[in-house]
Amino acid sequence: MTSQSQFEPQIIAFACHYCAYAAADLAGIMRLQYPTNIRIIKLPCSGTVDLLHILKAFEQGADGVFVAGCLKGGCHFIEGNIRAERRVERAKGILDSIGLGRDRLEMFFLSASEAPRFAEAAREMTERIRRLGPSPIKGV
Amino acid sequence: MIVAKQKPLEEIREMIEGYERILVLGCGTCTAICLAGGDKEVAVLVSSLRMADKISGKNRLFREHTVERQCEWEFLDEIEEQVKEVDAILSLGCGVGVQAISERFPEILVLPGLDTLFMGMPQEEGIWIERCSGCGNCILDETGGICPITRCAKGLLNGPCGGTRDGKCEVDPEKDCAWTLIYQRLEKQGKLELFDEYHPPRNFQVVMRPGKFMIK
Repeated sequence: MTSQSQFEPQIIAFACHYCAYAAADLAGIMRLQYPTNIRIIKLPCSGTVDLLHILKAFEQGADGVFVAGCLKGGCHFIEGNIRAERRVERAKGILDSIGLGRDRLEMFFLSASEAPRFAEAAREMTERIRRLGPSPIKGV
Repeated sequence: MIVAKQKPLEEIREMIEGYERILVLGCGTCTAICLAGGDKEVAVLVSSLRMADKISGKNRLFREHTVERQCEWEFLDEIEEQVKEVDAILSLGCGVGVQAISERFPEILVLPGLDTLFMGMPQEEGIWIERCSGCGNCILDETGGICPITRCAKGLLNGPCGGTRDGKCEVDPEKDCAWTLIYQRLEKQGKLELFDEYHPPRNFQVVMRPGKFMIK
């Protein structure tokens, strides 16, 4: 197994087209630094993220996953982000019951202009997953 | 429709302990609608079981399949070949489905992945409520379309009892008093005279357990 110091987590970010994805784009334009451990998957709305997408990401070896949607009340599709939040909560319960732990998954709310917030979320998740260590599913 | 809920993952894992090849079988009818045992729920459960196995160092084979209806043998023909290749079937159908599979394939062990709850309808997204007890002696014509057998906590045929408080039930203050609802419904329909009618004790012989029905 990779030692803790060398461990570079692989984190999947499901990002909403209208906010988090645009924020990530803006972070690039603003030349903001954030860890390269994040792999972004663009969604038309955070509400399109499925429980199965999250679980499959973990099953295929992701060390962490986060879903980033619009600020509450600001969803382009009215309540997609609220639905996503509920799904993330359900997925957290499953991660707990299989022994992987809920901390490997998180939901963030941000607007398209919050590039620094996106970079902060990326840093926060990377540090958290680095502390938790590699996913026990990956090594098998 | 029949409403069911998935058993906790820990319980399911305990149940499948000792079997190496498991077919997780969904049902595309009632339990799919109540989000307990359709295609999607099968995929989520299998994914969870695979991950839990990897974490605990196991390497079991999980197959996934969903039939249109588990409670009819005709729909079970399509899994005949798969059944030969597994040690157990984990059914995500209702109790009827589990028994139908077990009767169709008596040589294989069928495990229930769900707890079957009741016959009901959706109230809002993610909430289902019981509406019928299948008593075989329907009196909905006399009670404004509200079943006191099912919805009254005491199953009273002549209500309300003395425990009704502001339209709520004394057994569970969260629930509506069925007989208050019946009164309000009959009033709306202009048929309050039905409320005065005395309902004699039910004929419990109508449905002998186990029930059987034959078209004559």
